[in-house]
Amino acid sequence: MAYVDDFPTDARIVRWNMGVAFLALGIGGLLGMVQALHRTGYFRGFVSSTDYYTVLTTHGVLLALVFTTFALCGLFTWGVTRSLDRPLPNPTFSMAWFGLMLLGSLVTAVTILGGFVESIPLSADVLYTFYAPMQAHPAFYVGLVLFIVGSWLAGVDWFRTYWQWRADNPDERIPLQTFMVLTTMLMWYISSAGVAIEVIFFLLPWSLGLIQQVDPLLTRTLFWYFGHPVVYFWLMPAYFIWYTVLPKLSGGRLFSDPLARVVFVLFLLLSTPVGFHHQYVDPGIPEGFKFIAMTNTMFLLLPSLLTAFTVVASMEHGARQRGGEGRLGWLRKLPWDEPAFAGCALAGLMFAAGGFSGMINAGMNINYLIHNTLWVPGHFHLTVGTASALTFMAAGYWLFPQITGKRLRFKSLATIQPYLWFVGMTLMSNAMHRAGLASVPRRTAEPQYDAVSFEGVVGGISEMRLQIAIGGTLLFLALVLFLIVIFGTWFSGRSADPIRVSSAIPAPLSGPEHSPKILDNLKLWTAVAILLIVLAYGLPLWALASDGLLAPGTPPIPI
Amino acid sequence: MEIHRYEKIWTVVALLLIVAFIATVTYGAVGAGVKMVDDSGGTVDPGSLGDTEFADPGVTQVGEDSYEVHVVARQFLFQPGTSEPIRVPANSEVTFYITSADVVHGFELAGTNVNTMAIPGQVAKVTVRFDEPAEYGIVCHEYCGGGHHTMAGQLVVVPEDEYNSEGS
Repeated sequence: MAYVDDFPTDARIVRWNMGVAFLALGIGGLLGMVQALHRTGYFRGFVSSTDYYTVLTTHGVLLALVFTTFALCGLFTWGVTRSLDRPLPNPTFSMAWFGLMLLGSLVTAVTILGGFVESIPLSADVLYTFYAPMQAHPAFYVGLVLFIVGSWLAGVDWFRTYWQWRADNPDERIPLQTFMVLTTMLMWYISSAGVAIEVIFFLLPWSLGLIQQVDPLLTRTLFWYFGHPVVYFWLMPAYFIWYTVLPKLSGGRLFSDPLARVVFVLFLLLSTPVGFHHQYVDPGIPEGFKFIAMTNTMFLLLPSLLTAFTVVASMEHGARQRGGEGRLGWLRKLPWDEPAFAGCALAGLMFAAGGFSGMINAGMNINYLIHNTLWVPGHFHLTVGTASALTFMAAGYWLFPQITGKRLRFKSLATIQPYLWFVGMTLMSNAMHRAGLASVPRRTAEPQYDAVSFEGVVGGISEMRLQIAIGGTLLFLALVLFLIVIFGTWFSGRSADPIRVSSAIPAPLSGPEHSPKILDNLKLWTAVAILLIVLAYGLPLWALASDGLLAPGTPPIPI
Repeated sequence: MEIHRYEKIWTVVALLLIVAFIATVTYGAVGAGVKMVDDSGGTVDPGSLGDTEFADPGVTQVGEDSYEVHVVARQFLFQPGTSEPIRVPANSEVTFYITSADVVHGFELAGTNVNTMAIPGQVAKVTVRFDEPAEYGIVCHEYCGGGHHTMAGQLVVVPEDEYNSEGS
């Protein structure tokens, strides 16, 4: 029996969420290639340099928000229903949050795309960070609110399922996948409150003319209060796959359930009180608070380093079960020709590299060297752009047969796809990092500045541009292969042959019986998380607000 | 809770690594004296920069070898910096006061550690020593509108005697 036969309604919810996610990925990825070719000067015929920013805004919103969140909703719906072995309580409610998120995405996307057409008053060339006083059309903010509220309701749906299960199973440990979903959503509720306040109380009324000015530093601080935890909202579903599915794909089982719980608790505690590390070079914020954010950020490395251990240990265990031997010889026994495995493993490898460049970003005073240079997108294309994106694609290869009941089509395309992505990203990202060291800025349409000459520290600027252009093109090609496989599978006929994969997940080597009960005390961890946030944000937010919530203020500057 | 011996070792090493990173940054702040941009520049009303020290931005000598430079960033130029370069002498200590008259901008001397945001309402204060004559490009590294990629400028560090003979 496939998942789709056990949970037909939930399988549809998963399918639709993943379907929207992967469509957004396709469109966003196409725009990414347009940017790579435009800003390196290799082909500038798609758009003008002014419209480049409309492209960049669409790329950021579709990939960082729409793709990631819908993928998360698909994976988490699957994980909750599978691990609790019960469907979501109310299909109408599930369709309501899905519909709300979709509506919000469409409203925001249409408003941004309106920027291409002069005669349409819609425009929102404000990038994914929408810093005031750049002002988008009010519909942009309305769409964002609908989208965020939809994601909150999705969380309610998973919590309700859990509470129903708890009523029937008062003494059992929370199953690991559900534990991961709940801790992730608690982090999301705490952190997305920042952007919700920014948009609902400041930017939306200001764009409608109801208030005359906003404080750019205060709204920016609220954005980054949300803007770092959101990266864990992208990553935690990838960790969810690495912990619970990748060990099985490797041929073994998870190394340690208790450590997995510890890692997710640490993310709940530490993801939010770190936002000032995006504002290290902002005026108006005392150095001491930047220092606190820096130390919290460094400790946030711990759960990722623990994950690296568990993931590699689980893969090694799997490989040895498959007959692997020797100190490194076991690596050869891993199923490198299985796209679901290869995608996860390569994503994990690139995440290690992204982690190291992230440590440079996090190093408060070292950050001067690379702040707002091309280094930064070089970094996050390894993290969200590969650790999350490639893992979600890999999960798609494994999950789509189960949520459709159909065997994976075009298997040979799927087999090479993760490697093509890996090569494309290696070219693009290494060059972006090095260009950043040469002070080449991010978020610009032009390869050259008349008044400025950039000098590469390692390698030449023109060689970096070439690698970025080739890398961006290969990444888009890899996306096309992926979409052919996924939608080819989805829209093929269901044959009589049973599918080859199942949602069954083997028990960990060290199970929940070894993990202290206190780890499952979600109320306690939520309270500690809020306490840490009050310590990190209380005083600086008070200082920003005490001279007037809207002062020093600026009127809107429509973009 | 059972933790495998290797995992214990790994955790200890990870924690040491984290402490080492924090120590590195702390050394940079305390030992090497790398100051962060902070709130010491104060705030201004971006709507009436004409009534502040940003009314006539530019270079002012405030001590034998020390100078202040007020810079206003606006769509899509640095004032001064874009239409004429910022000129300071070599062997000088220069404190920049940077603010924005409209949206959020960036101010970076390419190839150096001088790198700050220019946020309307806030004044970024950055002190730099220029020992040698040189030319630096100034880049706005925060997206600020459709002409963002045209927003750049120059800073020229001229030899001391040349600077003095110009009488500026």
